[in-house]
Amino acid sequence: MRSDQRYSIFTLIGGAVRAHRHWKPAWRNPQPKTHYDVVIIGGGGHGLATAYYLAKNHGIHNVAVVERNWIGGGNSGRNTAVVRSNYLRDISIQFFDKSLQLYEGLSRELNYNIMLSQRSEVDVLLTTVSMRNMRRRALNMNRLGIEFQMLTPDQVRERIPILAPMENCRLPILGGSIQERAGIARHDAIVWGYARGADSYGVDIIQNAEVTAIRRGNDGAVAEIETSRGRIKANKIAIATGNENAAVASLVDLRLPLRCYNLQAFVSEPIKPVLDVVVNCPDLGVYLSHSDKGELVIGGATDAQQISFRKGGKFPMLEDTISGLLELFPSFRRLKLMRQWGGALEFAQDGSPIVSLTDVKGFYVSAGWWGGFKAIPAGGMTFAHLIARDEPHQLAAGYGMERFSTLNYLLEGGTTVPTD
Amino acid sequence: MLLIHCPWCGVRAESEFRCTGQVKPPRSEFVHKSDEAWLEYLYQADNRRGILEEYWCHEKGCGQWFKLRRDTTTHEIMDGDTDS
Repeated sequence: MRSDQRYSIFTLIGGAVRAHRHWKPAWRNPQPKTHYDVVIIGGGGHGLATAYYLAKNHGIHNVAVVERNWIGGGNSGRNTAVVRSNYLRDISIQFFDKSLQLYEGLSRELNYNIMLSQRSEVDVLLTTVSMRNMRRRALNMNRLGIEFQMLTPDQVRERIPILAPMENCRLPILGGSIQERAGIARHDAIVWGYARGADSYGVDIIQNAEVTAIRRGNDGAVAEIETSRGRIKANKIAIATGNENAAVASLVDLRLPLRCYNLQAFVSEPIKPVLDVVVNCPDLGVYLSHSDKGELVIGGATDAQQISFRKGGKFPMLEDTISGLLELFPSFRRLKLMRQWGGALEFAQDGSPIVSLTDVKGFYVSAGWWGGFKAIPAGGMTFAHLIARDEPHQLAAGYGMERFSTLNYLLEGGTTVPTD
Repeated sequence: MLLIHCPWCGVRAESEFRCTGQVKPPRSEFVHKSDEAWLEYLYQADNRRGILEEYWCHEKGCGQWFKLRRDTTTHEIMDGDTDS
């Protein structure tokens, strides 16, 4: 990595004697140039990772990332930071496991501590439907050489001693499953690390620039974007704008098969360490982890079917999630919730992401990342490959938009709700 | 908590209801037209900020189906169509 200022123990000690006055901003804040080879709209995790891999893997350095707000202010800063690869289908398992592998080496690669903590994710299973679903995932993953195991009820209790005692359970614990390489990572650090990495390769990160129009040339290919900070010419335009994808794609008269649903999360007051794994219970629709600061980070299921762009939660879902949480952990009933937030998750019809060429020449889409945080490294890597070579990366070959018209669905379900 | 006006039961809590998606023209208008129209029916939704018309069912109450208009940014409910 090319960088004026590599972070290390020596720069830290050096900073300590010089009152930490030598630190510079981690990335530049440049004026937009008039022309770029590639303009990426959306400065979230996926957009920045795409810019980073475009420069690093494909030698394309004349790249701009155009962000409407500020870096880290969107869904990249609103997720619950869980990373795992226990998916259903071969394509998804291999894609998300590649992502997890990239996460494992990312702190070193970016010279930025992403605080990856592979503390295991344990699924607590209360119904035969969930047992069957997770067993299916385990068999499929093991066949592909990826570790994911079933647990007996006793093993589940051994990993999570604070679980409710048997006699108080409405639904007894039938078993569990565990991915030991799963865990959490610092979500802001991923975004900042990729931003710094991309910037060090010469990528311009342009914040506070809202895209208002996309113009096409006489040949129908994209030619120029108009932003609140002026016009920028581009040979290729790639969008990774999270729940704004449909709106941005409509600027080139493209309709994307996407729907946005509300999801919320909350954080309890800080407590002493009680949980050293990520706990997920599909049958109660709740998952949680214990953050380094001592807060419990709690998430629930999506509010499916109601299209929503609200940046906030809903009380019925909060009530459902909390009642599920207290069923598993009655001892948490006196905890206070400190913060609550919500946002929109973007879904394609079959629950798998879209990393795709489009009918508009030079216009690329990365969308439908409702489990997008864990996918950032592989999502960026494969999207960069698609933009640079105009053909999909083998890991993301199943994510093209044409799969909807050829009925090659890649059906995926979350792990927070029972799927079968 | 949203309060939703069920045409039979009156104002009830949102948790009693289920939204099943957007109001679209009937399937027969798409199915025999063209492949593009059929794909449009299957996959596309008005995925946007603003007011959408949706089908709701009073699932944990009387079971009545009805349409209502809802703002996707604020979750505010405009008016229900009570005679559907």
